Amino acid sequence: MEISDNMDLDQEISKTVGSPLLESKVRIACRDVNVFYNKNVQAIFNVNLDIGKNQILAMIGPSGCGKSTLLRCFNRMNDTIEDCVVDGLIELDGENIHSKKIDPVVLRANVGMVFQKPNPFPKSIYDNVAYGPRLHGLTQNNSELDDIVEESLTKAGLWKETKDRLNKPGTGLSGGQQQRLCIARAIAVKPEVILMDEPTSALDPIATATIEELMSELKSAYTIVIVTHSMQQAARISDRTAYFHLGRLVEVDETGHIFTNPNHSLTENYITGRFG
Amino acid sequence: MNNLEIVKAGLNKRYAKERRFKFYGIFSISLSLLFLFFLLFDIGAKSIPAFTQTYINLDIEFDKKSMKLQDQDSYSEETLFSASYSKLGRNALYKLFPEVTERKQKKALRQMLSSGARYDLRDAVLENNDYVGTTQNLWVLAGDDIDAFVKGLIDRNIPEADRRVKDYQVKWVDILEAQNKIERRFNINFFTSGDSREPEQAGILGALKGSFYTMLVTLLLSFPIAVSAAIYLEEFAPKNNWWIDIIEININNLAAVPSIVFGILGLAVYINVFGVPRSAPLVGGLVLTLMTLPTIIISTRAALKSVPPSIREAALSIGASKMQVITHHVLPLAMPGILTGSIIGMAQALGETAPLLMIGMVAFVADIPQSILDPATVLPVQVFIWSDSPERGFIALTSAAIVTLLVFLFFMNLIAIVLRKKFETRW
Ligand SMILES: Nc1ncnc2c1ncn2[C@@H]1O[C@H](COP(=O)(O)OP(=O)(O)O)[C@@H](O)[C@H]1O
Ligand SMILES: [Mg+2]
Repeated sequence: MEISDNMDLDQEISKTVGSPLLESKVRIACRDVNVFYNKNVQAIFNVNLDIGKNQILAMIGPSGCGKSTLLRCFNRMNDTIEDCVVDGLIELDGENIHSKKIDPVVLRANVGMVFQKPNPFPKSIYDNVAYGPRLHGLTQNNSELDDIVEESLTKAGLWKETKDRLNKPGTGLSGGQQQRLCIARAIAVKPEVILMDEPTSALDPIATATIEELMSELKSAYTIVIVTHSMQQAARISDRTAYFHLGRLVEVDETGHIFTNPNHSLTENYITGRFG
Repeated sequence: MNNLEIVKAGLNKRYAKERRFKFYGIFSISLSLLFLFFLLFDIGAKSIPAFTQTYINLDIEFDKKSMKLQDQDSYSEETLFSASYSKLGRNALYKLFPEVTERKQKKALRQMLSSGARYDLRDAVLENNDYVGTTQNLWVLAGDDIDAFVKGLIDRNIPEADRRVKDYQVKWVDILEAQNKIERRFNINFFTSGDSREPEQAGILGALKGSFYTMLVTLLLSFPIAVSAAIYLEEFAPKNNWWIDIIEININNLAAVPSIVFGILGLAVYINVFGVPRSAPLVGGLVLTLMTLPTIIISTRAALKSVPPSIREAALSIGASKMQVITHHVLPLAMPGILTGSIIGMAQALGETAPLLMIGMVAFVADIPQSILDPATVLPVQVFIWSDSPERGFIALTSAAIVTLLVFLFFMNLIAIVLRKKFETRW
């Protein structure tokens, strides 16, 4: 039963439909990416995908389809999981991120990440934002660091609320503020790409709206890849949308196209709520 | 009955259960408090006599003849040091009670003073060289039987034959008391001397310093080794690796090994193979380190494990290396737990007696150790030695040594608590 299901599936999703590859302005490129957990459990199958500069790519799909796994490939966070093997080519600005020349530490300074549950350090708001710049030695003196902290908090839309309490603990903020603090912390090291794994799923609708607004503003300076469970969110903020199913990339296209006129029946089932 | 009534009917039973459980809890806490109070009260009460000593006021004549000194104007330190002081105290007593002539009584009169009195007189002369040839009014340490009698530990109403203090000694004490020439004073000696065969001269300082040096060695060795081992096992060691598993099992078993086994190991390895000096705090600390390691390793691992993975992910995703994640975030957050484990391990080590007996720390050491290489004993072993001594004065000393041990423990814990508070993140 299950085997025949999978065989049907392989037939059905053997090739990604839509337009996974871009002509120009590619920031991240994946070619034949496969990811395995524990050597033989495969979580991602043959993904080919381009992510454009200054775009927001939304990754949608049912739980356990591998969205987080693929997202974590882009900053090599999967390296920190034992027995996780990433196979295939992933390029950032034309450079293979797995090549010996690239240190994961440098890569992660260039590709920031925001997690599902806000995870500020148990330190002051200032220290949270300043952690990255200090770590990489980005500033010469304290006033430069102050500037970076102010700039990052401003970009994250948190400066007004926190400028008088920078020495207060970051964990004392509300959930939405904490998540914006995490965004500020990520952009303080001036990355090119920000990865977000369901950044608003733990937040209330008002905080969610604030973060969504923020993402649209950040788009001009950064490339954003966001995993989301909310199709409305994907439709509202993203330029392109990728639909995953059981580790396969089923369909990628302009967001408007995906939500109005999906080519694949699985995509259509998912976005119309018949599946997932 | 509808649902609501059924729920209501069962409600009383539920609350009764809760009340019963609360009662059990309060009962057990009261019981343990009672035992604790009883223990502390008993030890405290028994130790009180040890903190005072009986002194007799005498006019000591430092005449050159009884001191076996040549007739000179001044003397060198060595001459004064090796002079004879044993006759000075008894001469003063004979003068005070000239009626005593019989040999046996004279001996009893001599025994009113501690055999250590001569050393106090020597120290007095060494401090004031001009005492030689003069008569000085001084307080001199009484013997242990007189001390016990003055403290009321020997009852004057029991028959003379059953009593360590003779009738004429009782009379002399009464006479001295009437003249205000006998007095209980604070026993400074207890805090400034090492062990002695005579209870009135025995002090705790030797064992206290011995314990301090031993704990220092234990802490300096076990804390860094255990924390590094725990960090390696928890953060770096490959998972599902058979030899890491074996190491883990061994560490857990090590925590359950009877402590005397570590003593035998210390004797065989440190002393016989490596030639570390016997009875020294160094070898004691080395043995206790073996004992303390598993405790600190296990608690450190638990503390590291309890640091939320989201903090590690956050730091990693900004570009911190594994080592930076550990030193910047994981260790500070785990520090309160690590300190708690360490203090438990150190407290165990402080109270440990058995393994130290094996490595010779039970030897009689009168000198106060000046380094980790000098022969020494430690507080619990001192308790053991004194509790095993026949003289009456050692009963109070044993309790006083236990009190000292508890105070030492208290201060050790206090330091740990202060440190923990410092590391505890308040948010
Ligand atoms: N650390 C891990 N070890 C083993 N399997 C994992 C691990 N993380 C995820 N997986 C598996 O990989 C698949 C994809 O998971 P994930 O990427 O988290 O899905 P999504 O984010 O789309 O919900 C799931 O089947 C999940 O069970
Ligand atoms: Mg996920």
